[in-house]
Amino acid sequence: MSEQPTEKKAAPAGEKAPPGGLRRVLDEILQGSWLVTALAVVLALFFGAIMIIVSDEEVRGTFSYFFAAPGDALSASWTAVSEAYGALFRGAVWNPESSWNVATAIAPFSETLTEATPLLLGGLAIGLAFRSGLFNIGGQGQLIMGAICATLVGFTVQGPVVVAAVLAVLAGIAGGALYGALVGLLKARTGAHEVIVTIMLNYVAVSFLVWLITTDAVKNHERNEPLSKSVSEAAELPRLLSWLPEGGGSLRLHAGLLIAAAAVFFCWWLLNRSTLGFELRAVGANPTAARTAGMSVGRSQIMAMLISGGLMGIVGATQVLGTANANNALTPSIDAGLGFTAITVALLGRASPVGTVFAAILFGALQAGGRAMQASSGVSIEIVTVIQALIVLFVAAPPLVRGLFRLKGAGGSKAALASKGWNG
Amino acid sequence: MALELRGITKRFGSLVANDAIDLEVRPGEIHCLLGENGAGKSTLMNILYGLYQPDEGEIRVGGSPLRLDGPRSAINAGIGMVHQHFMLVPVFTVAENVMLGDERVKGPLLDQGAARRHVREVSERYGLAVDPDATVGDLPVGVQQRVEIVKALTRNAKILILDEPTAVLTPQETRELFTVMGRLREAGTAIVFITHKLKEVKAIADRITVIRRGKVVGTADPSASESELAALMVGRQVRLKVEKEPARDTGAAPAFSVRDLTVRNLAGQAVVDGVSLDIRPGEVLGVAGVQGNGQTELTQAVLGLIEPESGSIVLDGAELTGRSPRERLRAGLGFVPEDRGHDGLVGTASVAENLILDLYDRPPFGRRGTMDVREVRRNAAQRVEEFDIRTTSIEQPVGELSGGNQQKVVVAREMSRPLRMLVISQPTRGVDVGAMEFIHQRIIRERDQGRPVLLVSTELDEVMALSDRVAVMYGGKIVAVVPADTSTEKIGLLMAGANPEDVVDE
Repeated sequence: MSEQPTEKKAAPAGEKAPPGGLRRVLDEILQGSWLVTALAVVLALFFGAIMIIVSDEEVRGTFSYFFAAPGDALSASWTAVSEAYGALFRGAVWNPESSWNVATAIAPFSETLTEATPLLLGGLAIGLAFRSGLFNIGGQGQLIMGAICATLVGFTVQGPVVVAAVLAVLAGIAGGALYGALVGLLKARTGAHEVIVTIMLNYVAVSFLVWLITTDAVKNHERNEPLSKSVSEAAELPRLLSWLPEGGGSLRLHAGLLIAAAAVFFCWWLLNRSTLGFELRAVGANPTAARTAGMSVGRSQIMAMLISGGLMGIVGATQVLGTANANNALTPSIDAGLGFTAITVALLGRASPVGTVFAAILFGALQAGGRAMQASSGVSIEIVTVIQALIVLFVAAPPLVRGLFRLKGAGGSKAALASKGWNG
Repeated sequence: MALELRGITKRFGSLVANDAIDLEVRPGEIHCLLGENGAGKSTLMNILYGLYQPDEGEIRVGGSPLRLDGPRSAINAGIGMVHQHFMLVPVFTVAENVMLGDERVKGPLLDQGAARRHVREVSERYGLAVDPDATVGDLPVGVQQRVEIVKALTRNAKILILDEPTAVLTPQETRELFTVMGRLREAGTAIVFITHKLKEVKAIADRITVIRRGKVVGTADPSASESELAALMVGRQVRLKVEKEPARDTGAAPAFSVRDLTVRNLAGQAVVDGVSLDIRPGEVLGVAGVQGNGQTELTQAVLGLIEPESGSIVLDGAELTGRSPRERLRAGLGFVPEDRGHDGLVGTASVAENLILDLYDRPPFGRRGTMDVREVRRNAAQRVEEFDIRTTSIEQPVGELSGGNQQKVVVAREMSRPLRMLVISQPTRGVDVGAMEFIHQRIIRERDQGRPVLLVSTELDEVMALSDRVAVMYGGKIVAVVPADTSTEKIGLLMAGANPEDVVDE
């Protein structure tokens, strides 16, 4: 089917829903209840606590004489967990012990928002693709292409502050969008499955990046490690809170947050108020009905990947132009795994723009707090990663959460599974 | 070992799918179960295979009553089933598929050798040529079906149920299947053969039981004529009365014409084979036919969902072929697809959104890329009122409505814009009687406003009640166009593929 040249004939291939399994899991997650999500967070924190206890050598020691003096073990456990989660809270939200001035008081939350910014943009990107029935696993590649374009413009253009930054961000959007649209185009024209195409394009982007920063035109000649030239100061995204007295300068929150906020509004409007969004949702939910209603499934898929890639491109731009990277330059690991974390954020946010805001702030808080936790109580930050993974795991397995909390289930999933055959 | 069904009754909500059905199948006999789509044949067979539990009645095998609580117990009782849609794993070999669910082990490993031997043995005994090592996905449909039969036989099936086995076969494959069925009969297997094709019944059946609307309406001998069988199957029950005047403008020039339309499927078969038809303004042309004779593809080609290989489709003097579905909808084509859940509605979207699924980007709903939500709601409230759509709110997901109300949503949407032509397939499938009458009235109203209507239905009663003329489709061709007052027997015969000249001469 895929060799047929004309768009008309190829369309049936392109409109094929993603494999039943993936589709079903996604539907389940997107239609689950917010209560399940909240409980999933509680559960994940509970298992995180167990890991904190198990990984602490002193606490483990008290368990060796548990039956002689259980109080020791319990109080040691309580201390370890409360210290770790306390540090996490102080690092992410508010530190009551800090000296009282505005900059210090909001420092933790500023960190949380700084970490949340790329997650929010990425989550919107993946969520939009989900809504259009597409699994964009290519966030990494689109992000890298966005970062490359933003950097190239950023160190070339020496314009006034706002102009240079705007141009660099627009370049980032363009880079990500085109790289994403390529996937949509391949799917619409040939029926190639987007999961496979995006994964392969991730490899291409990573390798291209690694090669690019060794070329003379791009490489930073003053440094030994693989690094590109830094973008001009004018192209850096301005810090938002540097005007605060007594330490405002150290707050990393940058203008990327404003872009992310604008993106939230844009995505909400696109999905709920625009004709294109109506089309994307219809194609995402039932491509054959959309086609029967005269919509072009291929065009929708291309548009969805274009916009999703563009949002990912912004993440790439903010990674370089924001405060994530002290050199404001390309490094081989510029993507920082955000292309994949964004998938979990989108799932947690149910692919809705508003839900994604909460999911991104939660994950940003875990990230910011995790660093503080590691610094003050010696609990490894990897625990945070595990907690994030567990949250999504529990969200993805609503029957498990319902069972654990003895909630009444929607119960539809089992029947749906049974009714689909091998080819379902 | 004889199979007996006594007073089997199965209800789904208020629908009685099987109503006190008695059936007896003897060893070494091919017992044909004849009935229209939706008559309750498949429900009965699913009961027999343990997939449904009957509400009343008893199943006896070899004289002793049997409780079937799943396919496993049916298999153990010697009942084998070949479903209309095969239950095979395409990437497995024939032997692996046959072994599936009945795995023999040799130490820690699956005993592939035994499975292969078993397949060879069974296929030689009954002359079912299959290669145990072939990958199922690579085999032609007819051979896949043979694999299903082999699978049943290796589980020692003494009673074999074939659910519409010829629906997916070419005529040659059908002949081969009949040969195999003949051999099984000689070997003493009891076969239940489900079909609605009269010719096949006459060719192979030993006894015939006819089911209509969930009831056994009679038994017949294979020597009965096709018209007798058709009468039994279609029934003489009261036609659903639709209030309508005769079409007015019988002399007018056609507003809609199809000429020599040919559509091929991916396998290259002509599913629509040189079809020509004309519909005058204010006329309903009903297409009667057994499901799968090209009606679906005909309507899809009219909307532009599939490109025909050749031929032309003209509406009000303008050629439609080569134009996109959207352009055709814009040109005033109203389209109600045969499968509303699949092609007509987005189940997870709201009633309001589904009511504008093909209008969303035009004023008053969409202007310059932005949707007017207030207008969408106003429209929904109005349509829900006008078409009496029973919903808790216009924001309710349409998939939660009953079948009849879902169909009303589709019909309301298609009839809420100025039309120049209406194509409507299976307008009342799975629809309750109240909604049925309403939809029928709306179709007639479109006709009375001077529009050509192309109606496709597998319910012959419906076609007869609504149409001004009836085109009978068989094997991708329009075999005859007859007046709507032609007898159901004659049309039934034409639907079953009888020679038109013989029928008309009668």
